[in-house]
Amino acid sequence: MGNVPSAVKHCLSYQQLLREHLWIGDSVAGALDPAQETSQLSGLPEYVKIVEVGPRDGLQNEKVIVPTDIKIEFINQLSQTGLSVIEVTSFVSSRWVPQVAAGATEISVFGAASESFSKKNINCSIEESMQKFEEVVKSARHMNIPVRGYVSCALGCPYEGTISPQKVTEVSKRLYGMGCYEISLGDTIGVGTPGSMKRMLESVMKEIPPSALAVHCHDTYGQALANILTALQMGINVVDSAVSGLGGCPYAKGASGNVATEDLIYMLNGLGLNTGVNLYKVMEAGDFICKAVNKTTNSKVAQASFSA
Amino acid sequence: QMADNAEVLKGIQKFPGINYPVLTPNIKGFQAAIAAGAKEVTVFGAASELFTKKNTNCSIEESLQRSDEILRAARAAGIPVRGYVSCVLGCPYEGKISPAKVAEVTKKMYSMGCYEISLGDTIGVGTPGVMKDMLSAVMHEVPVAALAVHCHDTYGQALANTLMALQMGVSVVDSSVAGLGGCPYAQGASGNLATEDLVYMLSGLGIHTGVNLQKLLEAGTFICQALNRKTSSKVAQATCKL
Repeated sequence: MGNVPSAVKHCLSYQQLLREHLWIGDSVAGALDPAQETSQLSGLPEYVKIVEVGPRDGLQNEKVIVPTDIKIEFINQLSQTGLSVIEVTSFVSSRWVPQVAAGATEISVFGAASESFSKKNINCSIEESMQKFEEVVKSARHMNIPVRGYVSCALGCPYEGTISPQKVTEVSKRLYGMGCYEISLGDTIGVGTPGSMKRMLESVMKEIPPSALAVHCHDTYGQALANILTALQMGINVVDSAVSGLGGCPYAKGASGNVATEDLIYMLNGLGLNTGVNLYKVMEAGDFICKAVNKTTNSKVAQASFSA
Repeated sequence: QMADNAEVLKGIQKFPGINYPVLTPNIKGFQAAIAAGAKEVTVFGAASELFTKKNTNCSIEESLQRSDEILRAARAAGIPVRGYVSCVLGCPYEGKISPAKVAEVTKKMYSMGCYEISLGDTIGVGTPGVMKDMLSAVMHEVPVAALAVHCHDTYGQALANTLMALQMGVSVVDSSVAGLGGCPYAQGASGNLATEDLVYMLSGLGIHTGVNLQKLLEAGTFICQALNRKTSSKVAQATCKL
């Protein structure tokens, strides 16, 4: 490719990216006029809501225990980025009262599309878990606390292997029917590919409107962005991700976990989709937490932008 | 790194049904390649004037003339030639690259006799929408069967961009086992799309490739050990139990 003069090495450096290369996709929070940004691809939503799961899903799967004050600083930094949803932490209890007492304004319930996974993870069958959730959701709704539902193993299970789209639909429909405002469909072990994503969503979307669905793709096999693109093309406009791609995979040692928020935003910006999120600020928060847990980022955008 | 080119070409087992092209940026290189037994060669162009100047010290027009010289010699020798166009989705010097420019350079290389043109997102800045726009422009001038995509994963977009290209009808994809190769324009960044991750996706899509993922993983492990580096393939990372 020829010799690279030292001046060029700054070309795509972080500083240059910030100042000059607006065309490769940066979005300043609040500065984008949605009317000016037209999707280059038809059939895509105009606005995509990013649900940041780094502080919970991400950190939970990191080996290093992060001190409380670092966690708080991390989340505070994320709050400055334009992200409208940041999953803060986890209170794993069948009684949700402690969470509310601690000031939670939204809670989540976790189901699975696999009996084996359900049994191994929460020690009960899918049906038993649904019954527990019914109680939780009913009480939460009584107090006007919104509940988000998660369905794990939507594209495959570490114990059962292939999961039928019908099973995912059944569980999602149950959670939606009991009052969850949104169902996040999780490719828990990242085995999905665009074909299986499409088939699963086609099935679920027969029963649940796309506006109530989200995708939560893991990047264990490098498929996350391709799977997310497929979901967007099908009308999904809520995507879960984790800054710096925090979190590994407990089922595949050495593997990566969540899709990196930075890489997701890069793609969405490039597609001309409005997210309201400032990529640079997210990268800064990512840099902060990676230093705190002493790990290299899993975000390719961050790797490319910060000198090694 | 490539100083042992003749030795490598002569030393490898050449299996029937497999092409082993070699890069020949100039006529002297071409002649040396033929002497060493090459049966297919590749030539490089770019959709950016500045990139061409910085890399090969000439204009796009001049570099196309050099390629033309190689193509004539290749045609005379019955050697097929594959063309590459760099910077199709962006340039480290010029920034945005117009799809029309990519179409123009691609058309020229095709009409000069390249049997296939590989469109390279050299610095990996592309995203699916930009890929679509570029391919739409190129496909007006060159049949899709003669096109390939060569996506870099510098910003993690390679597989999504490749998927878009497949949806547009492209059926030839370049990739590098273990995602070998970094990016000289972004220190610390990754480079090529990992073949293992590509094959994983194509397999999942039910698309036939004829490639054995397991054997690919083995080759990736081998070269990473030799280079003393970690693989850039996520499939390899997930499959290798540490």
